[in-house]
Amino acid sequence: MIPELGQFALALALMAALVQSLLPIIGATRGDRTWMESAQTTAVVQALLVAFAFGALMHAYIISDFTVLNVVENSHSLKPMLYKVAGTWGNHEGSLLLWVLILALFGAAVAVFASNIPLALKARTLSVQAWISVGFLSFLILTSNPFERVFPPPLDGQDLNPLLQDFGLAIHPPLLYIGYVGFSIVFSFAVAALIEGRVDPAWARWVRPWTLAAWTSLTGGIALGSWWAYYELGWGGWWFWDPVENVSFMPWLAGTALLHSAIVTEKRDTFKAWTILLAILTFSLSLLGTFIVRSGLLTSVHAFAVDPERGVYILGLLAVSILGSLALFAWRAPAMESGGLFAPISREAGLLINNLLIATACATVLFGTLYPLFLEAITNEKISVGPPFFNASFIPITLPLIIVMGIGPHLSWKRADLPGVLARLKWLAVIVLLATLVILWIANGGPLLAVISMGIAVWLIGATLQDWARRAKLFQPGAWARIRRQPRASHGMTMAHLGLGVLMMGAIGSSAWKSDTVAFAEKGTIVPIAGFEIIFEGIEQVRGPNYIAQVASLKVTQDGEYITNLYPERRVYPVAGSTTTESDIRQTLAGDLYVSIAEPASEDAAGLWTLRLIYEPLVNFLWIGSVMLVLGGALSLSDRRLRVGAPRRAVPTNATPAE
Amino acid sequence: MKRVLFLLPLVLAVVIGGFALWGLSGGRDPAQIPSALISKPVPDVTLPPIEGIATPGLSKADLQGQGLTLVNVFASWCGPCRAEHPILTRMTAEQDLRIVAINYKDKPEAAVAWLEELGNPYELIGSDYSGRGGIEWGVTGVPETFIVSNDGIVLYRFPGPVVGDGQRRFQDALDAARAAE
Repeated sequence: MIPELGQFALALALMAALVQSLLPIIGATRGDRTWMESAQTTAVVQALLVAFAFGALMHAYIISDFTVLNVVENSHSLKPMLYKVAGTWGNHEGSLLLWVLILALFGAAVAVFASNIPLALKARTLSVQAWISVGFLSFLILTSNPFERVFPPPLDGQDLNPLLQDFGLAIHPPLLYIGYVGFSIVFSFAVAALIEGRVDPAWARWVRPWTLAAWTSLTGGIALGSWWAYYELGWGGWWFWDPVENVSFMPWLAGTALLHSAIVTEKRDTFKAWTILLAILTFSLSLLGTFIVRSGLLTSVHAFAVDPERGVYILGLLAVSILGSLALFAWRAPAMESGGLFAPISREAGLLINNLLIATACATVLFGTLYPLFLEAITNEKISVGPPFFNASFIPITLPLIIVMGIGPHLSWKRADLPGVLARLKWLAVIVLLATLVILWIANGGPLLAVISMGIAVWLIGATLQDWARRAKLFQPGAWARIRRQPRASHGMTMAHLGLGVLMMGAIGSSAWKSDTVAFAEKGTIVPIAGFEIIFEGIEQVRGPNYIAQVASLKVTQDGEYITNLYPERRVYPVAGSTTTESDIRQTLAGDLYVSIAEPASEDAAGLWTLRLIYEPLVNFLWIGSVMLVLGGALSLSDRRLRVGAPRRAVPTNATPAE
Repeated sequence: MKRVLFLLPLVLAVVIGGFALWGLSGGRDPAQIPSALISKPVPDVTLPPIEGIATPGLSKADLQGQGLTLVNVFASWCGPCRAEHPILTRMTAEQDLRIVAINYKDKPEAAVAWLEELGNPYELIGSDYSGRGGIEWGVTGVPETFIVSNDGIVLYRFPGPVVGDGQRRFQDALDAARAAE
C-alpha cells in the first residue's frame, strides 16, 4: 500500500509542479499578486509530496519489501540496516528520486526563506525551478518508476555484493547532489532575470547565498568522495580524472568562477552577461554530469545500469533546458550589458583574469572528458583520456591562476595601484624564493615543476595572510576589534584562499613525491620505503565477531630508531562469503605511511605474503585544505548581509568590505 | 558581431549535444574496449579445479587442438551470469560447441551450489579464487565470454551477459569465427 501512496505522491507532485510552472510566471507578467504568491504554496507542497515519496521508498528498503522490483534488484534481507537505507539512493531510480527531492527542497527553501526578494523575480524563479521539476518528475514517472511491483515476489533480494557496502558509497552521493542540484536555483534565478531583462547589483546579492550554499556542499561532496577513495577503498590515490569525477569537478570550477564574477556584478554593476552565462553553464554542467553517469555514454568505474532509452529522454531534457536557456541568453543578454568601463589594473580586472583562467581550465576538463566520444564519432577509434592529458593541460592553466590569486585581493576596486601593490609584495616574493630553494634542497631533486608549484602555493598562502593582516592592521592597537568588525565574507575569502594553498601543497606532495612498493614478505623480511624500514614480524590468526582475520605485525623504524607498529589485516567473513582488506596507516602531517597485505602470493610461494607499501607525503594537507574551503564558504555564508531574513544593522558597515 | 559572440555558447552546446546524440544511437557500447588479447595466444595460466566437483581444471594446453572453444568467466555472486547461463547452455548444446569456464573470485562451495542449481555445461572449470587468472585474461568484470580458436588463439572477447541484443552480437561473432576456422 505504501509504495502505491508513494507513486501517487509523485504524480501529485508533478501536478503541483505543473501549476507552479505556469501560474506564478503568468502572474508576474500580468502583475497579479495572488497568482505570483501561489508559488510559495505549490513549492512547499511539491517538496512535501516528493519527500513523502522518498520516505515511502526508503520504508520499502527498510522493511525489505520484496514486492517492489527496485528493492528486489538492489537489496537483500541480510544487509546491514545502514546499507538497506543507503540502498534507497544506490540505484538509478532511487538516486533520481533523491535528485528530484533536493530540487524541490531548494525551491521550497527559496519560497520560505527568501523574503527579501521582489515578488515578481521570486515568482519567475520558482516557475523556472518548476520547469526543471516537471522535466525530471515526468522522467521518473514515465521511464524509471521506483515503485514498480513484481509478482510473484521472490523470497529474497538479489544484491548482497559486499563491494558495494561501503559507508562512503552511502553518504557521498547525497552531499554531492546537494551541490549539483543546488545550482539549479541559481540557474532559475538567471533565467528569471533574462526573462525580466534586468540584472543589477541587487540581483547578484540575492543569488549569492544560494550559489555559496551549493558551492560549499559541492566542495564538501567532492572532497569526501576523494577522501573515501583514498582511505576506505584503498585505491592508493585520491583523484583519477575519471569521467565521473570530472563531471562533478566541472560544475565546481564553473561555480567557483560564478562566485567571483557575481561579486563584480554586485560591487561594480558589470560582467552581467558573463555572470548570467556562468549561472546557466554551472547547472548545465551538473545536468551533463547526470546525463553522462546515467546514459553509459562514457566508460567509468562508477556507473548505473546503462539504458540508452533513458539516455535519450535525459538528452531531450538537457536539450530543452540548456539550449532553451542559452537561446534566451543569446536573445536577451546583448541588451543587458551596461558596457561597464573599468581600468585594466583593478580588482575587477583581476577577477576577470581569474574568470578567464577558471573557464579555460573548465573547458579543458570538458574537452578531455568528451574527447573519446568526439574521436570515436569522427574516426571510429576508441581511446580513453587519462591523467597524463589532464596533468599536462590543467596544471599550466592553474599555476598562473594561483599567482594572480595572491595579488588579486590586494588590488582595490575601480583603479588600483599596481606598482604600490607589487612593492608591498616584494618582501614576500623574496621569502617565497627562499622557501622554494629550501624545498628544492629538502626534496633533493624530484620534478622541478613540483618544486615551483610548491613555491607558488607558499606565495598564495603568504599573500593571502599579508592581505588579511594589512586589512586588520594587525600590528596596531585595536586589531581584534577591527577583525571582528570586518564582514565575515571577507574572512571567508581569506580562509578559502588559504585552504586552496594548503590543498595545493597536499596535492603536489602526494603526487610528486609519492613512493609505492610491492614486496613479497616472510617473517623477518625488511622492506625500505621513503626513509623508513618496514620489518615483517609475522602473521597471527585472530577471531572477530563475524570474521576470521589474519593480522600482520609490521615494525616501522627510521634509521634504526623504533617508530611504530602497524597491523594490516585480511578478513574473511565466512557467512557473507567475502574477503576484505583492512589497511593500516600511520598518519602524520608530514605524510601517510599506508600498508596493506594480500593473500599469499601464489601456491608455489607458500608462506610469502604480498605486502603493499605506500608513502604519500603531505596528503593530509589535502583534507585540511578541503575543510578550510568548506569553512570559508560557510563563514562567508554566515555573513550578516547574506543571512536570509536577518535584520539590517543600524549602522551600515558594508561600505567597501574587502578593501 | 557582438550578437554572434552571445550565440557562441548555444552553438557549442548544439555541437556537443549532436555528439551525445550520436553516442546514444547505433547500439554503441563504450565498455567494449577491444581486448589486447585478440589474435594472440591464450594466456599461459593453469587454474585448479573447483573443490568438491568432478570437472577438471583449466590450463593453456586444454585450449589447443580441441576445436573452437568458448571460455566463459562467471561467478556465483554475479546476477547477470545467472541470466546468461541458460542461454549459453542451450547455445552450446544446440550448436555442438565446447564450453569451458573460469570461476572468478568465487568460493568453491558457492560455485558448486550454483552449478548444481543451474546445471553444469562446462567441460572444464578453472577456479580463479585469487583473481590472478582474471588479470592474465584481461577480465574487467563478470560475466565475460571469449571465443578461442582451435590453435588456442583468442578470436573475440564479449564483456557482459550474452542475452537479448548481446546474444545476437555474440552469435554473429561466433558465426564469423566458425567461418574462419
